[in-house]
Amino acid sequence: MNIAVCVSHVPDTATKIKIGDDNKTINKAGVTYIINPYDEFAVEEALTWKEKAGGDSKITILSVGGDSNKETIRKALAMGADDGILLKDDNPRDSMGIAKALSKEIKSHKFDVVFCGKQSVDYDAGAVPQMLAEFLDYSCATVVVALKMDGNKIIAEREVEGGREVVELELPAVIGAQKGLNEPRYASLKGIMSAKKKTIEEKPAAQAENLSEIIKMYSPPAKQSGRILGTDASAVPELVRLLREEAKVI
Amino acid sequence: MNNFNGVDYFNIRSLLSEEELMIRDLVREFVSEEVIPIIEEYNREGKFPLHLVPKIAEIGLLGSTLPSKYGGAEMNNVAYGLVMQELERGDSGIRSFVSVQSGLVMYPIYSFGSDEQKEKWLPQLAKGERVGCFGLTEPDYGSNPGGMVTKVEKVDGGYKLNGAKMWITNGTIADVAVVWAKLKGVVKGFLVEKGMKGFSAPEMKGKHSLRASVTSELVFEDVFVPEENLLPKTEGLKNPLMCLNQARYGIAWGVVGSMMACYDAALNYAKSRVQFSKPIAAYQMTQEKLVYMLTEITKAQLLNIQLGRMKDNGTLKHTHVSLAKRNNCEKALDIARVAREILGANGILDEYPVMRHSANLESVKTYEGTHEMHTLIIGEDITGFAAFD
Repeated sequence: MNIAVCVSHVPDTATKIKIGDDNKTINKAGVTYIINPYDEFAVEEALTWKEKAGGDSKITILSVGGDSNKETIRKALAMGADDGILLKDDNPRDSMGIAKALSKEIKSHKFDVVFCGKQSVDYDAGAVPQMLAEFLDYSCATVVVALKMDGNKIIAEREVEGGREVVELELPAVIGAQKGLNEPRYASLKGIMSAKKKTIEEKPAAQAENLSEIIKMYSPPAKQSGRILGTDASAVPELVRLLREEAKVI
Repeated sequence: MNNFNGVDYFNIRSLLSEEELMIRDLVREFVSEEVIPIIEEYNREGKFPLHLVPKIAEIGLLGSTLPSKYGGAEMNNVAYGLVMQELERGDSGIRSFVSVQSGLVMYPIYSFGSDEQKEKWLPQLAKGERVGCFGLTEPDYGSNPGGMVTKVEKVDGGYKLNGAKMWITNGTIADVAVVWAKLKGVVKGFLVEKGMKGFSAPEMKGKHSLRASVTSELVFEDVFVPEENLLPKTEGLKNPLMCLNQARYGIAWGVVGSMMACYDAALNYAKSRVQFSKPIAAYQMTQEKLVYMLTEITKAQLLNIQLGRMKDNGTLKHTHVSLAKRNNCEKALDIARVAREILGANGILDEYPVMRHSANLESVKTYEGTHEMHTLIIGEDITGFAAFD
């Protein structure tokens, strides 16, 4: 089985984001970058599938971006993937630009399944898996929390508002992983040591025009400090009134 | 996600290779997710979190510098040091477990054992399926291990072992003990296995330090140890001292983890704790304390990198390890105490890691060679005069 996993290189989720001077990008000073957490579920799922399929199954990691994305590819290799491809572009791309670059590369291989995170936690568009499936003419399920292979078919459980949806798709397919799909393994020291011997091929990302442009970024308004209405039961009527009339939550 | 970004004022990361950084970050993440959330409870209960052993083994932290055929990752010594540093950021007891299994059990079996012993024990120890301990110190022989009274006599097919060891990390949970005993006055190493008749390992209770670690006595009453359990390449006190040098190396790195945990807690607390009109971080006396901590951490980090590079290129002397162990343990304890001062009364609560590290470091400063013994070892090296015999 030939498996691809698409990964993105994003700011650590614990980072306190500061907007850059141009009001269009974030200030990258002091920001640690990590593998997109949803992509870790994708890598783990690929590893599980490879272990089940056995034989000469292979996992290739793909990422679009600059040189530093290699750190994230290397992390996936340390978890157990086989090789990596960096589709290089130092300029920022929107979801469309990323999906086009990935699809162009994926078309030149024969992947049975492509795993992605359901969204990347940097820009949170949540669009790449669907766009990728469209460009590749693959079936697609995203926000997937459970997955089972049945011959040439996949049974996927998707998280939908208020419940679950079970879908059946045919391979080849693009799967967008949601939290809960699995418990990603830690890399191991041996994995890290062997990852340095695995190859990361670098090639320019296919040209693609961005279809959207970031015109402004701004921080949410600072949180107002709380109001103390009283310290005993006499404050309750006023609290209820404010929750109903001002906050409109009850 | 990693809520701890380390302390790196001097861009020390630029001195590390990509693999070394990945290893450091892996263990950092492991500690944030698996150790920090549970450690205060285990420390309070005085229990070692045994459930972590398979996970520690799975990521490959046991015997990680050994060849892969014995389950190791063939890691260099700087990477090993970083593993120790990150583990001790969680707790000295967790670091001690890995340090003992790797440096004091797997290392001597690898270095002084027969091929059969290596093949039998090392893979199981690397997988965490077996736990080991190291018995050198005795109730009356701590800094002076050469005076040990534990001894063996030759009997048909093996040896008869008598004596007692004390302050043995992992003793009660160990499947195999590397025990040092005199054979006709010469120190030799033996593999004493759990269940051997006459061997017991009661746990020592009442510790105010290293509470999340098992510390035991080892008692040997006419224990028959078969010939094949003698470590054949042991020939004197220098062999256990070689092991201690491994452990001391790990400690020099490990305590920097404690320093970082205490500094991080103190810095965050100082920035958010308001007294009078402003955060206490805005007062000169607090700033002086924080700057002292950061300075000592940075010095210890640079010392460790060079220590590790010398170990990797074969130019390290045991006196270098003594200097680093001595300095870093002392500074770590000072930092823990200063951090407690910044946290005021809150510093004594286990809501913060500071008091636990402070208590742990009292042991760490003492074990694997006291501060005083390392002073005398370095003193002898630079003056040519031994102040002890």
